[in-house]
Amino acid sequence: MLSMFLKRSVLMLGMLLGLLVITFLISHVTPGDPAALAAGPDATTEMIEQIRTERGFDKPVIQQFFLYAFGILQGDFGTSIHTTHEVFDDIVAFFPATFELVVFSILIAILLGIPLGVISAVTQNSWIDNVIRIVCSSGVGLPMFWLGLMLQLYFGLQLGWFPLGGRLDLMTDPPMTITGLYLIDALLTLNFPVFLEALHHIILPAVALCFPALASIIRVNRAEMLETLTQDYIVNARAQGISVLRIIGLYALKNSILPTLALIGLRFGWMLGGTVLVESVFDWPGIGLYTVQAATASDFEPVMAATLVLGAWFMFANFLIDLLYGWMDPRVLKKG
Amino acid sequence: MEKPLLEIRDYRLNFNTFDGVYHALDGVNLSVVAGQSLGIVGETGCGKSVTVRNVLGLLPSPPADVISGEILYRGKDLLRVDQKEMQRIRGSEIAMIFQDPMTYLNPVFSIGTQMVDAIMAQQKSLPREQRKNKREARQHAIAMLEKVHLPNPEKQIDRYPHELSGGMRQRVLIAMALSGAPKLLIADEPTTALDVTIQAQILDLIAELVEDMGLSVILITHDLGVVAKICDRVAVMYAGQVVEYGSVDDVFTRPRHPYTEGLLRSIPHPGRPPESLSGIPGFLPNLLSPPKGCRFFERCPKALEKCRETPPRISRPEKGAEALCHLYSEERGDA
Repeated sequence: MLSMFLKRSVLMLGMLLGLLVITFLISHVTPGDPAALAAGPDATTEMIEQIRTERGFDKPVIQQFFLYAFGILQGDFGTSIHTTHEVFDDIVAFFPATFELVVFSILIAILLGIPLGVISAVTQNSWIDNVIRIVCSSGVGLPMFWLGLMLQLYFGLQLGWFPLGGRLDLMTDPPMTITGLYLIDALLTLNFPVFLEALHHIILPAVALCFPALASIIRVNRAEMLETLTQDYIVNARAQGISVLRIIGLYALKNSILPTLALIGLRFGWMLGGTVLVESVFDWPGIGLYTVQAATASDFEPVMAATLVLGAWFMFANFLIDLLYGWMDPRVLKKG
Repeated sequence: MEKPLLEIRDYRLNFNTFDGVYHALDGVNLSVVAGQSLGIVGETGCGKSVTVRNVLGLLPSPPADVISGEILYRGKDLLRVDQKEMQRIRGSEIAMIFQDPMTYLNPVFSIGTQMVDAIMAQQKSLPREQRKNKREARQHAIAMLEKVHLPNPEKQIDRYPHELSGGMRQRVLIAMALSGAPKLLIADEPTTALDVTIQAQILDLIAELVEDMGLSVILITHDLGVVAKICDRVAVMYAGQVVEYGSVDDVFTRPRHPYTEGLLRSIPHPGRPPESLSGIPGFLPNLLSPPKGCRFFERCPKALEKCRETPPRISRPEKGAEALCHLYSEERGDA
């Protein structure tokens, strides 16, 4: 397990370096003037030239890369034009909201997706299975922002069950910052009214965000489960007198969940892309909304920083899944 | 005559497939007396496995469709018991081992976890004070592994199936099957997937355990030598029917059914020239539309005219011997 951990860690460091190279190439080398981009659309020629020398855009490319990489290692992502803050500070401020939303969504997707996939497989071709499959097909097909708008219109406006957007009501003070995740902070400070309010706010965006992931988790888990249930070791387990529930919930599930895990890792990463849309629809003050606002203001450096952060997160999510895989399937460890 | 432990009577089973109804079993009759072992032989696809799988309710339905018959275990019809009773019987009354040890162990659990789980499941019907706790179950599992001569059982028990060889896995499966102290063991081609030397070891082991534990065995194989070595009685199956049934000595020295004769002639003997070896020409009939008369008619060297149209009935040319063939019904004149 330790050797696998080390191997995967080294691999991830290599990939992070690759990501750095790509964001560097986009921000420094692609056609266009990086100084002009960093200075923003309204900058004068003198301001652009000042930024060029300040940020080292006049130096050779290799040197520029090292400057860039070391800057990032020190937390220097440049300055945002539209918030006038250091990009690093902005990201620290906006990231917890996104993190909270994405983790909440993936938890919904996992906690609902795996049991529903199993139920769908076990009741194959019954009406239950058919209903689940129809919902799944629509989940894979519906665009997330459209689904978000519809949820907002119906459950927010028409029925009035949920707030239209934001993390809390405008007049509510957020809980004391411990983790930056309102749900957790509210619980830690035993502030239950705020906890319920935060929960109330997160449900619609989380549902919109998790739906495609939920649908694909159900589909993959159903297919894997069906396949696993025909395996010889399931027949043997039955012949040993082991109960049906235990066979489905343990013997089959532990085998069929492995491919689903890989999917969860991918989906967890993709959700970050999804947050750009969902956060815009639900006015959720996270990295996605921040990036969209930066992009529309031609504020270049926050966009690059967000790309880097989201890319790193994607890798980290898959790194975790890899480790989980090794823990679940003894055959993986053997291969390293 | 002794009352049989397991008796299969007039067992008919179809598979409903996309191509039509596949008549897999047609009126199978078999019985095993306590303490005896029965061999079922026949070529691939003749219905050997299908016959025994439903003893433990292991055939998925659909596609399997029981048309008629009963499988009586101590007077209880296993085709009609409820799920709970079947679960009680599995492992603790009747156990089963299978053909391919590579695929019958769960790859993501250790040997010990699987064995302990089986032991825990098999004692559910016992009164609470007689049940083993997890630690005792593990001790029992180790003892069972020792019993099947798995070297170093204390260590092996924590290994995963992919870390063991085929022969070791089959030993583990046998230990697992016998850990509930069943009365009847069904071994479905337990050595087919193993190397020849390992085959012999596993067969010796089964023979030893049968002796030791007073087990009754149904051994399915297409290896006649194995049957001769282990079994008391033998049933020869062809195309979903038992065509000959009797004591091993009797059937092997004086085969009555032309198919059995053919089978015996197709075994190579070290001393004899290879020319003396002959197969049975032709193929198994298509059971989607089985022949009207005898199912062996097309391939039978002794076929009579009536074999084409009239299905043969079981005849008993001698006490304890049965053949599904017109040759003998004529002798007795009761066709």
